[in-house]
Amino acid sequence: MRSGKVSRPSLGGARVAWLLSLPALAIFVAVVIVPLAMTALLSFHDWGQYKGIEPVLILKNWREVLTDPYFREMFVRTFRIALLVTLITALLGAPEAYILNRMRSPWRGIFLLVILGPLLISVVARTLGWALLFGGSSGVVNRALMGLGLIKGPLPFMFTETGVVVALSHVLLPFLVLAVWAALQRVDVQVENAATSLGAGHLTVLRRIVLPQAMPGVLSGAIIVFALAASAFATPAIIGGRRLKVAATLAYDEFLNTLNWPLGAAVAVLLLLALVAVILGCNALIERRYAEAFR
Amino acid sequence: MAGSAGIGMPFLELDNLTKRFGDQLAVDGLSLVVDRGEFVTLLGPSGCGKTTTLQMIAGFLDVTSGSIRLEGRDLLAVKPARRGLGIVFQSYALFPHMTAGENIAFGLEMQGIGRAERNERVRGALALVGLAGLAERYPRRMSGGQQQRVALARALVIRPRILLLDEPLSNLDAKLREEMQLELRQIQRTLGTTTILVTHDQAEAMALSDRVVVMNRGRVEQIATAQEAYERPASPFVASFLGKTNELAGRVSLGVVRIATGTWTKPTAADGQAIVVVRPEKIALAPPAPDRLTGTVRMRVFQGNHWLYRIETAAGAILVIRQNRGEPGPAEGETVGLSWRAEDMLVRPRREDPA
Repeated sequence: MRSGKVSRPSLGGARVAWLLSLPALAIFVAVVIVPLAMTALLSFHDWGQYKGIEPVLILKNWREVLTDPYFREMFVRTFRIALLVTLITALLGAPEAYILNRMRSPWRGIFLLVILGPLLISVVARTLGWALLFGGSSGVVNRALMGLGLIKGPLPFMFTETGVVVALSHVLLPFLVLAVWAALQRVDVQVENAATSLGAGHLTVLRRIVLPQAMPGVLSGAIIVFALAASAFATPAIIGGRRLKVAATLAYDEFLNTLNWPLGAAVAVLLLLALVAVILGCNALIERRYAEAFR
Repeated sequence: MAGSAGIGMPFLELDNLTKRFGDQLAVDGLSLVVDRGEFVTLLGPSGCGKTTTLQMIAGFLDVTSGSIRLEGRDLLAVKPARRGLGIVFQSYALFPHMTAGENIAFGLEMQGIGRAERNERVRGALALVGLAGLAERYPRRMSGGQQQRVALARALVIRPRILLLDEPLSNLDAKLREEMQLELRQIQRTLGTTTILVTHDQAEAMALSDRVVVMNRGRVEQIATAQEAYERPASPFVASFLGKTNELAGRVSLGVVRIATGTWTKPTAADGQAIVVVRPEKIALAPPAPDRLTGTVRMRVFQGNHWLYRIETAAGAILVIRQNRGEPGPAEGETVGLSWRAEDMLVRPRREDPA
C-alpha cells in the first residue's frame, strides 16, 4: 500500500532526464549497437582465401553455419556445457545461499567473500590453477591420487568437456548464490516459523515454503549463469584448448586464425540470437508463472 | 473471568519462566495460569519480554529455566511442529506463493486431512473471517486487513489448543484496527479458543482481554482484569501505561489528603509524604473555592467526544478529560477549581529518594 502520489515530471523535467542520460546513451550506441549492427552486416559479406572480404549481401555464411554438422556440433556442445553448468550451480548455489542467509554477522561476511573468491581472481590464474591440480600426470591431485593407488592414470580434465564444466561452474557459482540470496532476503523469517507452527517438519518447510520463494531467484540466477556459460571464452579457451571448441572460441578462431571474418561474424551473431531467444523465453515463462504471487 | 469452572486443573501454566540473552534477562521469572477459553493479554512496552514469552510458548525460542505445562503435560518436551498452537504473526507471515485457500489448507494438509474435508473446513474458516469467495486470491493482491483475516483463519482452521496472537493488529490503520478488535473478540467468544495476545496497545488489551498481564523489563507488574488494572493499578508503571494518568505530590495527615490548597478525606491513607494518582476523566472542573485545588487553563484540545485540558496548578500540570456535552467549557487562561471523589484517587507513600 504505497501512497501513490508521485508528481508527474514536467516537460522540462523530461528534457533534463534525456540530457542526463545522453552520455550513457551515446556510449551504449557507440560501443554496443553500432558494432553489433556492423557484425550482423559483416555476416552477410563474402570471403575468399585470396580475395579477402567482399562487401556483398549473400547468405553463404549463414547456410554454412546452419547446415554444416561441424557447426551444429559446436553449438550443441556449447549449450550442453551451459545447461550442465547451470544445473550444477543451481544445485550447489541454492542451498549455499540459504545457509549463507541464515548465518550470523561475522561468518556471513567471511563466507560471502569465500563465495565471491573466484570472481576476484584473474581468469588466467584461476584456470591455470585447475591445470596445476589436474593437468595430466604432473597435476598435484592426479599425482596424489595415483600415489595413493586410487586411480591408475591421471583423471581426464584438461581438454575435456568435464573440465570445462567444472571450471565454469566454479567461477559462475557466485552469480547464482547472489541471485538466490537476494530473493531469500525478501522472505519474512516468520514465514518458516508459521509453517512449523502448522505442523510442518524441517524438510517440508524447505520444500514447500522456502524453495518456492527462492525459486524466482534461482531462475534469474540460472539465466545469468546460462548466458555467461554459453558465451564464456577464456575458460573454455584455456581448459578446452584447440581440441574442444565452443561457439565463442570458434568465432575467435574464424576471426583471428582463419581470418574468415564474415563466417566468424555469422557464428557470433547466431550465438547471440540463440542466447537472446533462450533468455527471453525463460523470462516470459518466469513472468507468467510468478507474476500473480511475486509482483 | 471465563472458564474458571474447569476440571480443577489449570489449562496453561507458565511457571517461573525465564529467558536470558547473554547477560540480559528478557523474561524474569514469569508465572501465569490461563484457564480454558480465557483471553489473556501480555501487555507492555517494546522490550518488556512479551514477545519473547510468546515465542517460548510457541517453541521458537529455547527456555533458559522454568516450565510450561499445557493440560498438565510438559510443553517444552514437545517439538514446535507438534504443539498444535495457532499463531498469528505481526507480519502475518502468509506464504506468498500460495493462494489464501492454500495458505489456510496448509495446516490441515500437514495433519493429513483428506481433500474433501480440507476444502470444507477452508471454506468454513474463510466464511468465519468474512472472506468467503476469496480463496483463489494471492496474499500480495489483498489489503492488509484481508491478509490479517487470512492469517487468523489459517491459525484457527487447525483447531488449535491455544491461539497465540503476536501484535496482530498493529499494522492496520486505526479505524480498521477497532473493527478487527470487535471481530476478533466475537470470533474468540464463538469458538471458545484459549487465546494469548501480545500487544503494546493498552486500548487493544482492554478491549479484548479477560485478563491483562502488564509486563515491564521482563517482569510481571500486575495480572488482573483490564478494569481492575485500570482502576487499581498495582504500580506507578501500570498506572502510567494503562491510559492517561496524573501523578501528584501530596501530604497525608490524620486521614486527610492535602494537595496544594485541595483537601480530601481518605481514612485508609497512611500519614506522610504521598504520591496521588488520579485519572484525567475522573476530575471535574468546578468554580474555584478556598479549599479546592485551583489552577489556570494552559491549553485545551478538542478531540471530538471529549476535550483535553492541561491545567497548571501549584502541585504541577494536571491533565483533565471533559466529556463533550455540547456547551463550551472554560477557555484558555481562565482559573478553575479541580475536584474528584476520594475513592477515585490512589494514595501511596512517597519513597524518600532525591529524584
